[in-house]
Amino acid sequence: MPDITDKVPAPAAIPPSPSTEDGGGKDTGKAKPERVASMWSDARHDLIRNPIFVVSAIIILFLLVLAAAPGLFTERSPFEKGFCQLSDSASKPSSENWFGFDTLGCDVYTRTIYATRNSIIVGILTTVLTTLVGSLLGMIAGLRGGWLDSVLSRFTEIFFALPLMLGGLLVASIFQTGNVVTVALVLAVLGWPQVFRIMRGAVLANKHNDYVMAAKALGAGTWRIAMRHVLPNAVAPVIVITTINLGVYISAEAALSYLGIGVQSPNISWGLMISDAQSRFLISPHMVLFPSLFLSITVLAFIMLGDAVRDALDPKLR
Amino acid sequence: MGRYLIRRLVQAIPVLLGATFLIFCLVFALPGDPIQMLAGEKRADPNIAAILREQYHLNDPLYQQYLHYMGGVLTGDFGETYTGRAVADIMSERFPVTVQLALIAFAVEAVIGVAAGVSAALGRGKFLDNIVLISTLLLVSVPVFVLGSIAQLTLGVQWDLLPISYDENDPMSLLLPGIVLAAASMAYITRLTRTSMMETLRADYVRTAIAKGLSRRRVIVRHALRNALIPIVTFLGADLGALMGGAIITERLFNIPGVGGQLAQSVYLREQPVVIGIVTCLILIYIAANLIVDLLYAVLDPRIRYA
Repeated sequence: MPDITDKVPAPAAIPPSPSTEDGGGKDTGKAKPERVASMWSDARHDLIRNPIFVVSAIIILFLLVLAAAPGLFTERSPFEKGFCQLSDSASKPSSENWFGFDTLGCDVYTRTIYATRNSIIVGILTTVLTTLVGSLLGMIAGLRGGWLDSVLSRFTEIFFALPLMLGGLLVASIFQTGNVVTVALVLAVLGWPQVFRIMRGAVLANKHNDYVMAAKALGAGTWRIAMRHVLPNAVAPVIVITTINLGVYISAEAALSYLGIGVQSPNISWGLMISDAQSRFLISPHMVLFPSLFLSITVLAFIMLGDAVRDALDPKLR
Repeated sequence: MGRYLIRRLVQAIPVLLGATFLIFCLVFALPGDPIQMLAGEKRADPNIAAILREQYHLNDPLYQQYLHYMGGVLTGDFGETYTGRAVADIMSERFPVTVQLALIAFAVEAVIGVAAGVSAALGRGKFLDNIVLISTLLLVSVPVFVLGSIAQLTLGVQWDLLPISYDENDPMSLLLPGIVLAAASMAYITRLTRTSMMETLRADYVRTAIAKGLSRRRVIVRHALRNALIPIVTFLGADLGALMGGAIITERLFNIPGVGGQLAQSVYLREQPVVIGIVTCLILIYIAANLIVDLLYAVLDPRIRYA
């Protein structure tokens, strides 16, 4: 008899537990109801059913493919010899060249496609950098407290007083190289305090919970408490802010490039293309229209993704 | 209240000092020589350059220059540019324009944002709510320089409703830039108001107010909106500073001689005193706006008291 009861629940427990988190679950059979209701599986469930998430995820996947392999979508490359022909200068869109040509006679379609990569790289790189630096310092400040916390908090307040474009203008003028990595660095320098503030707040909110006290009483070290008990509970708000920020950073890169201090020629950027074409906007709007469209759709997709993730992870804000 | 105010003002001092010092370091880290910039393409005369460097304390170590500068600021002297013009003079010329622009944008985002947010929350899930959700999403995603160009092309050129560039004798010329500058924040405020209102509309005191027979208008304005305003006021306060310092692109698009354009030009010309002066003022505005917001909390919610 005991043999049978042991075997019966085992296969039934397989479907609800394909998730890899929920550490230390050896007793597969009994924990079935709790497993289904974990915050992350709830969130995943919500996300898949949310049409906004599905639409934005499809757009973002498409953009990632564009960024990884622009050659799939166009036979030409903006870096090949003879790409720009002055005789084509400012030609309107046609059935052969869908997006027309810019002032220098370069194909707008090819350039727009190739510019995707830079925007995506800046967005992802900046997000990774701000998340790493912001969460690490935020966690240290929240856990240690005391003078270190005061100094770091005051320091980050300075950044909140400085508008992004204004700070970007200053910091970008110092780096002055105009490639994708430095633009990401500039944005990261200005962006990490936001993640810091959220991480610190989440750590402070969790620090005095019973389970942290219990872990402390059992003799767990600071590192273990941070990694096993505080971080998993503080990670949701950070994920929400970073997904929203992906779009914000892509938009900021375009704005910096537009001002002439972000990505610079010969690198390609939507912001740069818009800025170059702006003075002829009234005569040949197609040169501005197509990069603007791509830029707006990209930012829109990431903001929609952020919205969906926030709804899933933080139902209070819905 | 008085003690709270004093404590907050004292707390603002390290932020202000830190921010000015940070800006000082940043501006000094800018590559290029401001004295050489004065000479343009030609090489600067070494004798004159040496005299100018001495005159503007450029040979001193960084911290001494900082102390010298802050000493001046505390006595109301923002220094002068390397061409001998008083920085205070430049700022008094540029700031009024930017303040006007920022106030217009501020009014637009506060009034339209809150109104749209409230109406969306009242008709949750209905047609208007969906329109608001979609249009705010679009406003947030379209970058300001694209939005500005579209507004200039449609409202300005095609329909000829509003002037598309700045004219100091025509106050209407700041309206379109103000709307463009406000657009993203307005969308954000709309969403914030919608969420916040929906939450307070569910609160017990709102149900009580309805139950005791108050008019719908009074319930919405006095009971729900007043309580829902706190996060909105917080955002508006932080945004006022951002509107002034972040108008660089809008000012360029509409050819407005404000702080943003001056700042971009001064960074390019390495006019350190101008950059630091303007940024210091912007940070002061930011700190003041946040302080006012914190004091407003007590007005909106009597439970909040400052001792």
